[in-house]
Amino acid sequence: MADLKTLVLGKKDIADLDTETEMPHELMTVNMGPSHPAMHGTVRIVLTVDGERIVKGDVQPGYLHRCFEKEAEHATYTQIFPYTDRLNYVSPMINNCGYAMAVEKLLGITDRIPRRAEFIRVIVSEISRITDHMTCVGASAMELGAFGPFLFLLKAREWLYTLLEEVSGARLTHSYVRVGGVGKDLPAGWLPKLAARLTETEAALAEAEQMLNLNKIFRDRMAGVGAISREDAIAWGQTGPVGRAAGIDYDVRKDHPYSVYPEFEFDVPLGTTGDCLDRYLVRVEEIKQSMRILRQAMAALPDGPVMIDDGHVALPPKAEAYNTIEGMIRHFKHIVDGIKVPAGEAYTFVEGGNGELGFFIVGDGTGRPYKCYVRSPSFVHLSTAEKIFKNHLIADIVPIFGMINMIGGECDK
Amino acid sequence: MAQKVVDAVKAKFGDAVVATSSEHGDEVITVKRDKLLAIATFLKDDPAMSFEVPVFVTTIDLAHWQPLGRRGAPDEGTRPAYDADASDGLRFEVCYQLRSLKHRHRIRVKVQVKETDTKVPSLTPLWPGFNWQERETFDMYGIRFDGHPDLRRIYLYDEFVGYPLRKDYPKDKRQPLVRRPDLVGDH
Repeated sequence: MADLKTLVLGKKDIADLDTETEMPHELMTVNMGPSHPAMHGTVRIVLTVDGERIVKGDVQPGYLHRCFEKEAEHATYTQIFPYTDRLNYVSPMINNCGYAMAVEKLLGITDRIPRRAEFIRVIVSEISRITDHMTCVGASAMELGAFGPFLFLLKAREWLYTLLEEVSGARLTHSYVRVGGVGKDLPAGWLPKLAARLTETEAALAEAEQMLNLNKIFRDRMAGVGAISREDAIAWGQTGPVGRAAGIDYDVRKDHPYSVYPEFEFDVPLGTTGDCLDRYLVRVEEIKQSMRILRQAMAALPDGPVMIDDGHVALPPKAEAYNTIEGMIRHFKHIVDGIKVPAGEAYTFVEGGNGELGFFIVGDGTGRPYKCYVRSPSFVHLSTAEKIFKNHLIADIVPIFGMINMIGGECDK
Repeated sequence: MAQKVVDAVKAKFGDAVVATSSEHGDEVITVKRDKLLAIATFLKDDPAMSFEVPVFVTTIDLAHWQPLGRRGAPDEGTRPAYDADASDGLRFEVCYQLRSLKHRHRIRVKVQVKETDTKVPSLTPLWPGFNWQERETFDMYGIRFDGHPDLRRIYLYDEFVGYPLRKDYPKDKRQPLVRRPDLVGDH
């Protein structure tokens, strides 16, 4: 026994151990990222750690900076749609819609968008919201070691991507929405396919939920981790699922309604603790609410045109562009000079996958924006990461980062 | 929607308000730089205002501002074209967008600064959410926020020369990253 006592941290007596309150410590700097397997997205974190505990985490974005604003200032209003696809690349349709609405606000044609186009925008936006949340939940679960739910959710996400590909022609970078409406109508027989896929997606989501909700490891890694109070979340500008998990009752679709959202019935889930588990639960519930909106929108989808009937905004029909000189000139002017947007400025915001996604556009009367700023929720949420990380363990970065759902393209613009 | 906010600020701060406007449902209030902090504090703390949520910060560079009306004629209705030689020469418009959860109203507060003197009081002490937004504006436009706790470039590297979103920065200019330890921290 005497030997064992000597072995315990070199102390002669067990009683001596109690007098020592803490181990001698020295701060250490650890570099995490920009390319790290446990973080989706390229971002660098310079951590100052005390053992495993984070004292300070300097988050450095910018590795995916693509000069969105500078490029937008040199492109016509229609040419900017492909750039918006690449902002939040897991829910490009919402970016498309938000940007189109901003230009429409400047043009003063918000009330004249055909109803069918508005419904189609809501449908594709809600599908995008589902894919966004599924990616976030699935990838976060995978990073915590739960590979099964990731596969279930990504399988379902692929079904929805296939449907969006049928609508737009591209799996990920849709560029489907246009100023004044949408690019083309839904293909024939698409709605029944969507209805069938929604039922299957629900089953896949239920499977994933079964594997996660009462999983002890998952709950231990998520509950109580990365909590933020409601007051802090407001002062830091958090919106979307992250803000709602902290108890902020704010959803742009409810509080500043746009498009045809007031016609649909849906609930806004709220969290109480603001930790990672609440962020996860809010996201799962939002997927279900999006499905509710989708079912209502499919049932109420009106017939009619999908593009505004206004020569200043819409391209002439192809038959006219190919057969008449006026149509061809209009087509040419539209492509080369762009849509003439009157001078002025407007801020338009929609409920993106991650929160309030806003476009602040200044027009100067030409076919190109004078300024096109995007208020990206990922950027705002990532700025709170440093505050959330503090006093957590290095391993907690993975669920916190996963649930903040920083999307590199949107954060770095 | 937020017209009563504009009226309240006008009534309380009178001559500190340079201009107000309301287009497309967005209320905008342009204030004098030295009164920005006082007005922002009022907007945040007054119960009838209670703008608790920071939305965004950005800057409009007016250097190439020459609005056109219909059919390409100069636009008379909006803000006039920018003239660098004019005595006031206010080139940059720093915009702060605020939102109130309680009253559901929004406002955009603007401050105009000259090219030669781009200092603006930082609102990060009031709304911590403006921290990164102001760093981004500094990075892209070179606006210097007085009282910001950590004003560094955020997207670009420290060695970057110039401010890329200013209108006089050419779009096709290339700046390869060359490590210059002597430049770090000095813009």
